[in-house]
Amino acid sequence: MTWESVIGLEIHVQLATKSKLFTAAPVGYDAEVNALVDPVVLGMPGVLPVINREAVTMAMKVGLALGCTINPTSVFARKHYFYPDLPKGYQISQFEAPICTGGALWADVNGEERLFELTRIHMEEDAGKTVHDASRGCSFVDYNRAGVPLIETVSEPCMRSAEEAVAYMKALFQIVRALGVCRGNMEEGNFRCDANVSVRPLGEERLGTKVELKNINSFRFVGRGIAHEVERQIAVIEGGGEIRQETRLWDDAAGVTRTMRTKEEAHDYRYFPDPDLMPLRIDSAWIDAVRQSLPELPRERRARFERDLGLGSYDADVLTQSSARADYFESVYASVGDAKLVANWIQGELLAQLNREGLEIESSPLSADKLATLLTLISKGKLSGKQAKACFQAMFKEGISADVWMKNHGGQITDAAEIDRIVLTVLDDNPDQVAQYLGGKEKLMGFFVGRVMAATKGRANPASVNASIKRLMKERM
Amino acid sequence: MSEINLDASASELLRAMDAGELSCLELTQESLARIDALDASMNAWLHIEGEGALAQAAELDARRSAGESLGPLAGLPIGVKDMICTAGMPTTAASKMLEHFVPPYDATVVRRLKDADAIILGKLNMDEFAMGSSNERSAFGPVRNPWSPERIPGGSSGGSAAALAAGTCALSLGTDTGGSIRQPASLCGVVGVKPTYGRVSRYGAIAFASSLDQVGPMARSVEDAARLLDVLSGHDPLDSTSIPAPGCDTLSTLKNSIAGLRVGVPSEYFSEGIEQEVDSAVRAALETLKSLGCDIVDVSLPHTPYAVAAYYILATAEASSNLARYDGVAYGHRSAEAAPLDAMISATRAEGFGPEVTRRLLLGTYALSSGYYDAYYLQAQKVRTLVANDFRDAFKRCDIIVGPTSPLAAIGLGERTSDPLQMYLMDVYTIPSNLAGLPCASMPCGFDDKGLPIGLQLIAPSMGEATLMRLAHSYEEASAWRGERPDLETLKKAGPPPGARKPRSQGEGA
Amino acid sequence: MDIEAVARLARIRLDAEESARYAKELKGVLGLMETLGELDLSEVEPTRHVILTETPFREDVSGPTLSRDQAMVNAPASDGESFIVPKVV
Repeated sequence: MTWESVIGLEIHVQLATKSKLFTAAPVGYDAEVNALVDPVVLGMPGVLPVINREAVTMAMKVGLALGCTINPTSVFARKHYFYPDLPKGYQISQFEAPICTGGALWADVNGEERLFELTRIHMEEDAGKTVHDASRGCSFVDYNRAGVPLIETVSEPCMRSAEEAVAYMKALFQIVRALGVCRGNMEEGNFRCDANVSVRPLGEERLGTKVELKNINSFRFVGRGIAHEVERQIAVIEGGGEIRQETRLWDDAAGVTRTMRTKEEAHDYRYFPDPDLMPLRIDSAWIDAVRQSLPELPRERRARFERDLGLGSYDADVLTQSSARADYFESVYASVGDAKLVANWIQGELLAQLNREGLEIESSPLSADKLATLLTLISKGKLSGKQAKACFQAMFKEGISADVWMKNHGGQITDAAEIDRIVLTVLDDNPDQVAQYLGGKEKLMGFFVGRVMAATKGRANPASVNASIKRLMKERM
Repeated sequence: MSEINLDASASELLRAMDAGELSCLELTQESLARIDALDASMNAWLHIEGEGALAQAAELDARRSAGESLGPLAGLPIGVKDMICTAGMPTTAASKMLEHFVPPYDATVVRRLKDADAIILGKLNMDEFAMGSSNERSAFGPVRNPWSPERIPGGSSGGSAAALAAGTCALSLGTDTGGSIRQPASLCGVVGVKPTYGRVSRYGAIAFASSLDQVGPMARSVEDAARLLDVLSGHDPLDSTSIPAPGCDTLSTLKNSIAGLRVGVPSEYFSEGIEQEVDSAVRAALETLKSLGCDIVDVSLPHTPYAVAAYYILATAEASSNLARYDGVAYGHRSAEAAPLDAMISATRAEGFGPEVTRRLLLGTYALSSGYYDAYYLQAQKVRTLVANDFRDAFKRCDIIVGPTSPLAAIGLGERTSDPLQMYLMDVYTIPSNLAGLPCASMPCGFDDKGLPIGLQLIAPSMGEATLMRLAHSYEEASAWRGERPDLETLKKAGPPPGARKPRSQGEGA
Repeated sequence: MDIEAVARLARIRLDAEESARYAKELKGVLGLMETLGELDLSEVEPTRHVILTETPFREDVSGPTLSRDQAMVNAPASDGESFIVPKVV
């Protein structure tokens, strides 16, 4: 029996607004427990919601970036359930009339680009956090997160493997960060993934019973969790059992999914339109304004780097992994003008150094401007390759400017007469090797080049040295 | 100290204070003294802000002497229905669930009262969570009707109406979802106004039914109510259902002539079940309006019989949602039942809510539950459209609709608490204007042979408060009822009603 | 109406006597609610909002918060930092 896995992802994205979705209490991640609350957040008697315009704009950005239909009217609905971190006993969400419908996302699956469809995107408020303390038999509730704006993106059940799911998740992550609507810190809970997983015999049209996998909040957990769950389901069915519709949690340490010990039966959320809120109306002028304001998305940028700057797909991919990185590249490129040179240095030297020090490019001690000065010197031949590497290290670690370094260490030696003079000295000092070379041991070129480099402290231009040695050797023949 | 007439209108008291005949402090002291004398029997005041009120009154007198101009309600002692949040002052919704609750915020309407220099004397008793028509559903005991202490004052704003009728405050705030300002106003012989839905902010008014609730003024004269309405109304950015318009200005056109206004009389509001004397009083009022130059026109509101059913579906559904927050977690009552969480929540809600609230929560939860939303809630919203259309059609032929507020005058305490359906059907004349969101009022139009007040209900088109109050004022001037006041001696002697108790303040034992 | 199921959904504990009593009391009201079935409402639009205005928005500016003391002043149980509730299960 060949099995097919059917996967859909529901991803909650926290929007990077300053204030909460329905009240002015601030959004923050470093605050003390219960410091970011007001009566509306706490759901106190008599309070009312008023919607944050910026949160709507951010939701629209995501919708437009994914090619969704932005619905001119959408409705907020109350979703009822009882839980300590849900102050009102209901969450303000959207049900029958979400802000966006449709949409699709390109994702790179093992080098191949595939298109995944979405069902909808809707807006809702986040809940607070409950921390359970089993030893004391109680739980602690913090409402700082309650009321933070979320969008929930719902994909069609169109993924057929854990790899596809991870690819989709990564692509969406990249987009929301590039749009500036999400801080992108998964530990903070900015980007949370639930998966709906089912299996069916290949060729079967009906869907199998789906299991919801919750809180798989890293790319790794998503991949491993889904893969395991698929295997588990297949094993159950092949063993003659039935899949129970339920919610399971991924336990990465044990490598298994477990039934979530929830309160129980399927929820009856008693959805109805929130009478405290007017329908959300979005006119075409607003949509157009948001559309104009969209930045270039990662996929478009990658394509442009390949098409217009002549970069290979690997380089283009590495450089557009984040907006910050792509921005850095473009800034250096604008001054230097040699895309391949800039790409090599960023990937080769800069990213490697940043990696060694555990830094992101946003916190690079070497700014794009400064790197540009160095690369300009290189492209003009003022510094040799070897020198450039040393200069780079000094600039990165000590903050020295390229000009100062060059002043202290001297620039590249390219003058033919000077190089000849040094080469002659080396040849005179090493008669045996000269004889061997003239006798046919051409590999000794490296020896002579090395001596010249040592004598010039790496400043001599290697190509000129090579040419000079060859010419002067010829004269000795 | 001059003879202070606590039963005078607020306008008269303002004039007297302005003229230096009366100080704010004296007025507040006298009001507190009368509360002291009467409230053990009346049971209208759940919380009295004695010290604070006296201090504020003294400060207002000082400011007045210093030549400062004061707000439009300066020095007037006001009672606030305990459904409305007052910062630092207990706000219980007359429920055990919130018996110890002290909000750290003011409702917008309370802020406006404070900005107008009114003196908030305290919080008024009501039916628990505004669910009731008799003020017999309070966790702190019923309120006695000052006109006849063995009778109900009406509800749910029973305390607001009684306190006013007894002269213990100059003005009061009530809330109206299905008639809860108008009906007690009618039974207690005072004026009560429910504004157009969205005219007065709901922020800080504890929610019962979000699409129906409105806060409104209650007073002893139409002019007083107009004055208070003008202060309370106007757009509030904290309330998304607030109409984006400035406040009413009903005071400036109050005394204009009403000659030529067409008064619509709905046949459905004179159905069986209406007491003979109520019918006669209302008909007499119509004659008075005719003599003032109004045209009396017959109109029909054919969907009236379905309004009560639609209301009880919508209101209970929204209430079940609005009261889901009372779970003992972050505020309010929490059951001593320790664990687990679900058991604590269920026990908390069973202990905190009285039987009427419980009934309505069950109904409302049922109406919203899976499979029933279309059958009940959606259907009720459609009936709402039909009721609103009835009014729209009627208002093509008239300018104001006039009829009785309640089919009955005040019934006895305990007389009709057994059958919820019977109580619900008594709201038949007030409910439709809540469903349609229209401005409406009740005002005295006579007494029955037992001396019990009868109320006249006026309903205007949406945003028609100015016309509403103008007609009400003219009728009031032409009628004899304004001067009538209850004999408070009988009230004083009645003693506490059965079940009366004061909410325990924070820190006191359970 | 299955009173027990509804009470469970509403998280209100009812004993057997209360369940029976409420079931009886609500019978009449439920009958009242059913009367809407007499009307043909197929062509009628539901009233979602009795007054419909443009969507009111709030600009994204952070506003005042409650101090922890204020937030916790009515808390049934807290340690001054968090709200404390009985264990969930």
